[in-house]
Amino acid sequence: MTMTKKNLILILMVIIITIIPLIVVKNSEFGGADGAAEEMITEIQPNYEPWFNSIWEPPGGETESLLFALQAAIGTGIIAYYFGYQKGKKQTR
Amino acid sequence: MKKKLYVLLSALFSFLIVLLAPREAYAMHIMEGFLPPMWAAIWFVVSIPVLLHGVKSIKKLTDENPNIKMLLALCGAFAFVLSAMKLPSVTGSSSHPTGVGLGAILFGPSATSILGLIVLLFQAILLAHGGISTLGANVFSMGIAGPIVSYLAFRTLNKSGASKGVSVFIAAALGNLITYIVTSIQLGLAFPGEVGIMASIVKFLGIFAVTQVPLAISEGLLTVVIYNLLTKYNENELNELSLIREVKS
Repeated sequence: MTMTKKNLILILMVIIITIIPLIVVKNSEFGGADGAAEEMITEIQPNYEPWFNSIWEPPGGETESLLFALQAAIGTGIIAYYFGYQKGKKQTR
Repeated sequence: MKKKLYVLLSALFSFLIVLLAPREAYAMHIMEGFLPPMWAAIWFVVSIPVLLHGVKSIKKLTDENPNIKMLLALCGAFAFVLSAMKLPSVTGSSSHPTGVGLGAILFGPSATSILGLIVLLFQAILLAHGGISTLGANVFSMGIAGPIVSYLAFRTLNKSGASKGVSVFIAAALGNLITYIVTSIQLGLAFPGEVGIMASIVKFLGIFAVTQVPLAISEGLLTVVIYNLLTKYNENELNELSLIREVKS
């Protein structure tokens, strides 16, 4: 089996693993829910007050998704550059 | 007959859903302000020496071998991408992979702690995800504990003759799980409540134990994908790197 085929199968597996919960679990928003930990903390220690607040918070979901997309885009750009560079280098050798 | 089977199946199915669905897990990092000052300080004290060692080891590696810089950037980029992806899990909540397994396997844990720090800083400052006050604790779980386990797992498996693919997969998946386990321990230690430290740790573990397993598998698979690409296009550099590391250790 070629490397590309192997990798495609691996990626397909990741996609399947990711989709299954979306199909199987109904009535869920799949919240990232840092909130649940806060709830758990206040449940265990009801008098706990966070002593430090975020310096800055994205004003809303749109800006947050912008920043997450930016994070992924920066990473992907570097990865693509790297493999493009390596492939070119290998071919000219 | 068919109808009976149908009823039985749907009953089983809804039972499973009830069992799995309604618990929400938290994203991996401890939120801003959610560790008491003492614990926040303790984790900074634990993490800072490792980070300093990481700076040194990166400096040494890149001084001896300027070519390796790009590979290091690739590892950082990989962590950037993976930790931006909040994947849905069977428990009905989402969490994200860490992506630091690759760095740990190639560069060792102390260099990887710097990569973890960069990702965590980005998320803490721009996304209010994790936090500055909890940065020490989060660097320890994601940038230090996970990578140490990934690194050791990879070395052990690789030496015992397991294939590269299997070694990389298990190392990365295990590192992901360990990160979450350490986060629970950190929260349990800081919030023993009336139930005690152990019971509290178990409670925090319980929130994400199931959530994290499929994500760990995904992280393992994706790390193998990128490792495969590296071996295809860049075998020399990989060998060079493992040679340097062998000499050093």
